[in-house]
Amino acid sequence: MFGQSILSLVIWVPILAGVAVLATGSDRNASLARWIALAGALLGLAVAILLLTGFDTATSAMQFVEKAAWIPAFNVHYHLGVDGISMPLILLNSFITVLVVIAGWRVIQDKVAQYMAAFLIMSGLINGVFASLDGILFYVFFEGMLIPLYLIVGVWGGPNRVYAAFKFFLYTLLGSLLMLVSMIYLYFQSGGSFDIQTWHTTTLGMTAQTLMFFSFLLAFGVKVPMWPVHTWLPDAHVEAPTGGSVVLAAITLKVGAYGFLRFILPTLPDASHEYAWFVIMLSLVAVAYIGLVALAQSDMKKLIAYSSIAHMGFVTLGFFMFNPLGVEGGLVQMISHGFVSAALFLCIGVMYDRLHSRQIKDYGGLVNRMPVFAAFFMLFAMANVGLPATSGFVGEFMVIMAATKVNFWFAFVAATTLILGAAYTLWMYKRVVFGTVTNPHVEEMSDINAREILLLGVLAVCVLAMGLYPRPLTDTMHVSVVDLLAHVAQSKLP
Amino acid sequence: MSDFLTQFAPALPEIFVLAMVSLILVIDAAVDDSKRYIAYVLSLATLAGAAFLTVNDFSTMPVLALGGLFIDDPLSDVLKLFLYLTVATVLVYSRDYLRTRGLYKGEFFVLALFALLGMMVMVSASHFLTLYLGLELLSLSLYAMVALQRDSGVASEAAMKYFVLGALASGMLLYGMSMLYGVTGSLALADIAQNLSDGTDLRIPLVFGIVFIVAGLAFKLGAVPFHMWVPDVYHGAPTAMTLFIGSAPKIAAFAFVVRILGQGLESQVSEWRDMLVILAVLSMAVGNIAAIAQTNLKRMLAYSTISHMGFMLLGILAGSQNGYGSAMFYVLVYALMSLGGFGMILLLSRAGFEADKLEDFKGLNRRSPWLAFLMLLLMFSMAGVPPTVGFYAKLSVLQAVVEIGYVWLAVAAVLFSLIGAFYYLRIVKLMYFDTPHDTSPITASPDTRIIMSANGLAVLALGILPQPLMAVCMHAIGASF
Repeated sequence: MFGQSILSLVIWVPILAGVAVLATGSDRNASLARWIALAGALLGLAVAILLLTGFDTATSAMQFVEKAAWIPAFNVHYHLGVDGISMPLILLNSFITVLVVIAGWRVIQDKVAQYMAAFLIMSGLINGVFASLDGILFYVFFEGMLIPLYLIVGVWGGPNRVYAAFKFFLYTLLGSLLMLVSMIYLYFQSGGSFDIQTWHTTTLGMTAQTLMFFSFLLAFGVKVPMWPVHTWLPDAHVEAPTGGSVVLAAITLKVGAYGFLRFILPTLPDASHEYAWFVIMLSLVAVAYIGLVALAQSDMKKLIAYSSIAHMGFVTLGFFMFNPLGVEGGLVQMISHGFVSAALFLCIGVMYDRLHSRQIKDYGGLVNRMPVFAAFFMLFAMANVGLPATSGFVGEFMVIMAATKVNFWFAFVAATTLILGAAYTLWMYKRVVFGTVTNPHVEEMSDINAREILLLGVLAVCVLAMGLYPRPLTDTMHVSVVDLLAHVAQSKLP
Repeated sequence: MSDFLTQFAPALPEIFVLAMVSLILVIDAAVDDSKRYIAYVLSLATLAGAAFLTVNDFSTMPVLALGGLFIDDPLSDVLKLFLYLTVATVLVYSRDYLRTRGLYKGEFFVLALFALLGMMVMVSASHFLTLYLGLELLSLSLYAMVALQRDSGVASEAAMKYFVLGALASGMLLYGMSMLYGVTGSLALADIAQNLSDGTDLRIPLVFGIVFIVAGLAFKLGAVPFHMWVPDVYHGAPTAMTLFIGSAPKIAAFAFVVRILGQGLESQVSEWRDMLVILAVLSMAVGNIAAIAQTNLKRMLAYSTISHMGFMLLGILAGSQNGYGSAMFYVLVYALMSLGGFGMILLLSRAGFEADKLEDFKGLNRRSPWLAFLMLLLMFSMAGVPPTVGFYAKLSVLQAVVEIGYVWLAVAAVLFSLIGAFYYLRIVKLMYFDTPHDTSPITASPDTRIIMSANGLAVLALGILPQPLMAVCMHAIGASF
């Protein structure tokens, strides 16, 4: 029945559900708001699963395409479509949204409707980012998602939330505004089209490619975030509520990485090859140096935030290896990081809800009071390290393999993450979970309840499933990635 | 006789407004304070009647009338319709504010309608004389409106500044016009355009004339470095007057600039483009940076106006139909946002209390989530963040400058708009992140709330579907050039 407009549904169901949640008004109707939000999120996930069942993994062409004139004055279209690259990301986003709604069920008691609505609307907008095939449409979703995220960090965040919200918003706006100028330039170069696929075949001189490369790199690099434009992320993470951190790490960072594949590589192939060394260098710095920075953190959220930056360094590294293994490895790493970082932030949220502290030194001996939790936490910590049989291993292994083919030393530096990641994650785990209880408040902590077991359990299944059998995921993306790389191999110089 | 009437027919809306103003003046003199609403209702009726006349006689192609002094083209008709709408919204927003401050008198309505008449003449002028006539009618009405609150020292000071600087600007404009007359031998825009495109030997007086005209226009627009009056007047004037000054006259000023530069001096693009580039860059820079330092919302919005005028100039300096259409879209969107922004101050004000400080917006989300949401939309729209219409306004002027190859200018513009985003975000921060320290209930009347809701939602609705307004602008410009 909705076969023609299923992608629109993926975008608009969460947004409309968000509006419905907002309509419940004040906190007197909080439980109604929660249930509507959950229903909306589940419906969104159902539509996304419907999308998956109809998805054909044998073709690299865009599927579920919808195209309608939107702003004829600038030849802008409401043009949607998914391929093997965007499909898993839409599914991940819709899935995480459900978790976020459940995670905020009890914790959020203030302005519940606005909180839930912000997440649902953002979820729809992010699906829009992944499904857009028109530059302006993409930009509208890309920028529009900043508004709910700004409110989430600023309204429900920690003590220093105002600073973090401003920093996050202005940082990301800087990058995207320069990208907008590049898009307008592309519009004229391609003979008056904002169609992303048309841009993929537009010839461009080297100077233009170089300038646009760096403007896009800034836009997406800030979102990823790449070293040295990463500094907004730890601040935003630390101040954001648990749900905000989960979405930030699991989804919004992926938007940046996705931009590399959708815009930079196919539109600017010559500049991408020319300046690949630059991106690779930044990625390796992120992997090695940020790994060391993470080691020095005393705040758990900050530690995971830095670990996210290091893991995303792997993603960009994989993309610029220009071989299918690297790009697919990067994509797998994105999805895996979506699960693992979401799970780790939820774990920290579980502890924070009980003790109201994120400082590692305030904990210790947690295993005595919360054995079930400690087991889950252990699994996710191992996944973050990249232990085989967890999802974290697959992507990192693929990227390191791909890097070895290109240059041994790239692989060598990248592989340090296996040591550093193990060091900072397990050291934190040891200090928080093992040892004797020194803080009397830890004695009073209760183990996780059914709701939390559900959340962490679902994520644990995902992490293990992906680690044991990643084939469905790589199959989904394979054809599209090969097609993309064929595109990137062709010079577009006039 | 019928020939004579045909000559006047295109100016029917103007004649109607003039007649109604006179009528309101007479009626208002005869009624006492309890029946002031008569003037209010009659003013709204005047606007509705004028809108009817304009729509009824909507022109599809330019018609010259009154011996070439007056032009009735799609551009003027569209702009007039937006002027009526803007002025009507101003009247609705202002009513409660004026009433509680003893300004709810016939004079306000008469002056507002006279100002409207001036703007209508400006929009429809095809001759330097009518342009100047309309401009002065508008300006004199505005000076008086600012000074209407006689016992307020700040308002009187603002009126004085406005008057002195406005008169100076008018003088410059006249000086420039006289030089152009010397060069071309005509005051009619069409003749000037014709004459200049044939080429002239009198380059020096021509360029001097253009310089004076651009300086005069920049004064009226409030572009840097001719902006000094803007913050003082916006701040000093009673908020209802600020609302008026900040909205409709910008639309008229756009028409004024496009008529002179785009139609009269079309062939001299290369001369005035560089001047406008400087004005635009300076306006965006000073407007956005100075706005950060303000603690008064009216002053902040004044600086924001300056930067928005800089953005609007980007469209005009492109010197193409695409550019003028973009600038027109920008100015209409700006008028909509400005109405909402100042309107919100009026709405939150009450007897003896002006909600014009940034602090007064603290915690608005707790006091009224709906109003806070509307203000949020307006602020993000001013900052140019999609999915609000402000984004498309910026997009359209940016593409116009990229089209003529000024990519660096587009880059500069987006960097300044990034700076601008900071102070709009600050308003959102105050409303949503902070707790209120003023908890008295908001006393706005239902009709004001409805219009405000429509105003705020229009920013979002036009952001989701910008095409209708954009098509109107492109069509109006396309059919009038």
